[in-house]
Amino acid sequence: MKLLDTAVHEIETAAELGRIISENENVMVSCGRMGPMCVPVYDIMEELEQERSDVKFYTMGFDTPEAAPIRNNPMCMGFMGLPFNLYYKNGRLVEATSSIQDREQITSILDEYFGK
Amino acid sequence: MEEIFDLMILGAGAAGLTAGIYSSRARLSTLILNEGVIGGQMVLTNEIANYPGVATTKGYTLAGIMKKQAKDFGCRIISNIKIKEYRLNDTLKTIVLEDGLKFRARAVILAPGGKPRTLNIPGENLYKGAGISYCATCDGDFFTGKEVVVIGGGNSALEEAVTLTSYASKVTVIHQFNHFQAFEHAIKEAEKNMKISFIMETEPREFKGNKVLGSVVIENLATGKLSEMKIDGVFIFIGYLPNTDALKNIVITNERNEIVVDTDMKTNIPGVFAAGDCIEKKYRQVATAVADGTIAALSAAEYLHNQKKINI
Repeated sequence: MKLLDTAVHEIETAAELGRIISENENVMVSCGRMGPMCVPVYDIMEELEQERSDVKFYTMGFDTPEAAPIRNNPMCMGFMGLPFNLYYKNGRLVEATSSIQDREQITSILDEYFGK
Repeated sequence: MEEIFDLMILGAGAAGLTAGIYSSRARLSTLILNEGVIGGQMVLTNEIANYPGVATTKGYTLAGIMKKQAKDFGCRIISNIKIKEYRLNDTLKTIVLEDGLKFRARAVILAPGGKPRTLNIPGENLYKGAGISYCATCDGDFFTGKEVVVIGGGNSALEEAVTLTSYASKVTVIHQFNHFQAFEHAIKEAEKNMKISFIMETEPREFKGNKVLGSVVIENLATGKLSEMKIDGVFIFIGYLPNTDALKNIVITNERNEIVVDTDMKTNIPGVFAAGDCIEKKYRQVATAVADGTIAALSAAEYLHNQKKINI
């Protein structure tokens, strides 16, 4: 069931999440709600989607049980702010951040792990 | 050939989008350049219950409708850009972006909005998202059964403190003055809540912890005494600052860096108007930003009309 109202594709199941990160080289997933700290991140992803064909961008609802692999990921332990932003390279989680991020913060991570 | 717009609007919050709606509908070629998120502070508001004609809505929903209205009338919107240079004193105004792109227009509306004020004390950036938050509705449930502190004494601080009592076992409001700036009903609501306590005339000085926030160092402003409080979370609501750092040496601003305008939203520079949270005014609401944007767009249209007559 979709929980988010964004133009970025929303992952609905844990199986779909697993398939996406295993089938794509560079993936960013923002897991959150339609809250004031999350919406700005989705907006930035929507724009980056047009500019970064080397990266696949997805959102996922934080409150679905299907998001357990993200909520329980060891790299997200101690996170106490939404959204959780996760960056996967060749199926492996390489970076994760918590709470609102601006465009510069997101692109610097994309550049660092996925190349410019 | 370089396109010259009738009107350029800098900012896409409630004021900027409204100005875009009015000017595009008036058939002025209009470009909105936006450095932040479309919707501005409106998007950062979880629920809006006092916008006339709309019973209750989410901030992002209202922003999305305004954006669509502006686009449907033909307004062009470019977002998430960085402005490098403002050339506003010439008859033809020029904006240069960091990537070198240039945009020109015959008139400009400045609507850069505001940004949440931060404490700028040690540990604030380090523990953002790891115990420090700026949104109780978003992050409150991470603090279920825990003890949290709210910094601030305005409406947002007290309303969010009440929201946090749904999750936290204890909420302590820390405020720098001996009285609150909030409306009476917000103060009463917070004061009657048994989970909320208050520490007045006190400011935070440092956030400490390991990987997550563990304590806050506070100073009693009356005595100068420092003490350390063990806490699980901090929520900061200490108001907003106008986004005018780059503009304060171009247009006239007051001591709070707010742009000074007349009742037609005119700045001191001919053809340059300002609207929304960046201007000198008392009340900052979506409804007042919409009103400012409307007036600025109509004044800009009048200015452009008069310019045409002069040029003929």
